[in-house]
Amino acid sequence: MTRARKVPATLEALVAAREIVIVCGPGGVGKTTVAAAVAAMAACRQGGKVLVLTVDPARRLANALGLSPARAGAQQVPLSAFAKAGIVPHGELWTEMLDTKWSWDRLVDQHAPDRATAQRILDNPLYQNISGRFVQSHDYIAVERLYELHSQGAYDLIVVDTPPTRNAIDFLLAPERMAEFFSSRLLRLLTVPYRSRFADMASRPFYHVADRILGSQFLQDIAEFFILFQTLSEGFVSRAEEVQRLLADRRSTFIVVSTLESVPVREAGTFMGLLPAKGFHLGGLVLNRVLPAYLLSPGLAPRAARLSEDAEHLAGLLCTEKGPLRGTDPVLVERVLQEVGVNFNNLGVVARREASLRSDLSGPLGVVVTVPELEQDVHDLEGVLALGRHIWS
Amino acid sequence: MVELLDRKLLFVTGKGGVGKTTVSAALSLLAASKGKRTLVCELDAKGDLAASFEAGPTSFDAREVAPHLWAMSMDTEASLRQYLSLQLKLPKAAHIGPVAKMFDFVASAAPGVREIVTVGRLCWEVRERHYDLVVVDAVASGHIVGQLAAPQAINRLVQVGLIRQQTGWMLDILSDPRTSGVLVVATPEEMPVTETIELIGRLKAETTVSLAGVIVNRVLPELFGTREGRAFEAVCGEPAREFLTEKIGGRPEPLLDAARLMVKMRRSRAAHLERLRESVSAGAPGGAAVPLLYVPYLFLRSYGLRSTRQIAAALAAELES
Repeated sequence: MTRARKVPATLEALVAAREIVIVCGPGGVGKTTVAAAVAAMAACRQGGKVLVLTVDPARRLANALGLSPARAGAQQVPLSAFAKAGIVPHGELWTEMLDTKWSWDRLVDQHAPDRATAQRILDNPLYQNISGRFVQSHDYIAVERLYELHSQGAYDLIVVDTPPTRNAIDFLLAPERMAEFFSSRLLRLLTVPYRSRFADMASRPFYHVADRILGSQFLQDIAEFFILFQTLSEGFVSRAEEVQRLLADRRSTFIVVSTLESVPVREAGTFMGLLPAKGFHLGGLVLNRVLPAYLLSPGLAPRAARLSEDAEHLAGLLCTEKGPLRGTDPVLVERVLQEVGVNFNNLGVVARREASLRSDLSGPLGVVVTVPELEQDVHDLEGVLALGRHIWS
Repeated sequence: MVELLDRKLLFVTGKGGVGKTTVSAALSLLAASKGKRTLVCELDAKGDLAASFEAGPTSFDAREVAPHLWAMSMDTEASLRQYLSLQLKLPKAAHIGPVAKMFDFVASAAPGVREIVTVGRLCWEVRERHYDLVVVDAVASGHIVGQLAAPQAINRLVQVGLIRQQTGWMLDILSDPRTSGVLVVATPEEMPVTETIELIGRLKAETTVSLAGVIVNRVLPELFGTREGRAFEAVCGEPAREFLTEKIGGRPEPLLDAARLMVKMRRSRAAHLERLRESVSAGAPGGAAVPLLYVPYLFLRSYGLRSTRQIAAALAAELES
């Protein structure tokens, strides 16, 4: 049996062949930490200049890695942080936190026909709402910033922690949507000069209803904003297409992160189906916070049952004059044995549930790695590297 | 203090993945079991709410899924359509199509426009007294403030028109602490707790909706008290292990490891739980105490109506204590 293309068996091999790694998946599964771990391992073991671009890291982790908003530029994780973890890295680890508002403003500056138009857009209240608050704008701006960083060529590898979106898919579709936005008929309807609107019989009812709902003043504000915004369209659309191409070409790969719970698994599964369908490279799957495999080994459940069912009897024997636990209160020991037995069954139920959800995620896939439930939150470089070693090779 | 379920409109939010849909389902099931006519509405149509009741898919038309309990999923376009036909005597329904599209388009630039129609629809159910309680499986904590502050945003941006006219009565409903409230769901982990604490501050600063409570979901059991902890260490000693190996038909180590794993998992979450408890109690000096309810982790084979019922029972016990 031969395969057309050899699938890398480890994240190490996968990452070594790429310039962009996009870490994505449902919310709350540990994407940020996995992204940091991949970047840190690459910097330590493969060398070169590695950047992790993230959106909303936990504060302690951000502090530990020296993450600060893009405005301040990328920051290098100091060698002292590696020294504390007992490591001398081959390469450099850099971090940057996405600053949505700042990135939007720069985009406007770059694509506006002139300085005055740029300023009018920046001052428009609707623009401020788009750039500052919008979730969808996060998606677009993250890929946009990635494109910019990549084309500057300062880094050997960029690892992106994708923003929390309602659907992981939104991130992928963002450039496409941006292009659609500018070519839509609705944008044209809205940006028709106000006086000539009622001349066209076909669109008259449209304006009539729109006026009644939103009020003509607001409609005019919107129109003005869209007219200004349209001046950016050429630059935006071609940029969106380039971004799309970059994400789809062989320099980029996607790593999906999920926990083995039903809702995240469903979302991750959808995403894994969509990636190849859209022409993106699905490189790996990281299953985070998975219970240890020994919980599933056959033969243990009967032992657990014996422990909890015979707890009183066993405790009595353990605590006799000649028993190994003489001097200990048998009532306490009984309770302990009971709890140990019941707990094993409880965790066994969860482990089996996880195993069955895991089989739902199987498919034509490169690397699958699991990360055990860690004893501590990952809040420093040492923790990041410990996680990294679990997933790396 | 207003009892949680005596309010008319509850928005359930929380960081993604903490179980806010399950909690919304359980809470509404509990209210319905107490005889309250309850509507539960899923705002982003992912279909998870329907799975919690195992009663078929939900749609924009509310459907009775259990006695006294109706479930629906929000649909912006359908909501707008309904709203237009109620408020405007539109000549032809056919014109709504392009309007709905335009609306979607405008809504992507102007905050609050979409929310005024969706949140407005739920406020309308409250105003018309169709139900005793409306439970909203709302958006995640990152977006809930924008959703609840929609009327204020609209007031700033829109001077006239039908949309503007909606904000007054909506604000009346949303701002009344006896009528409306936000429930934040968290799990005892770093990011969910941090987001919950930040959200509590933002709700106060940027919206008029009061905090009705915080629900801590998936709290792991405490296996041992201090004395049992010492007895456990004794059981882990070699003599006891050898003894048990003979009696239970094999080595006990994996069982003991599993117990230790649970103890560690619980301990790693304890600090976050404490942080949450402190900030929730500090958030209400002089004011009414905000209830903090605990829902245990469920060791179940799968999630569905059975787990929804168990969470409802856990919430009932918490509300009575």
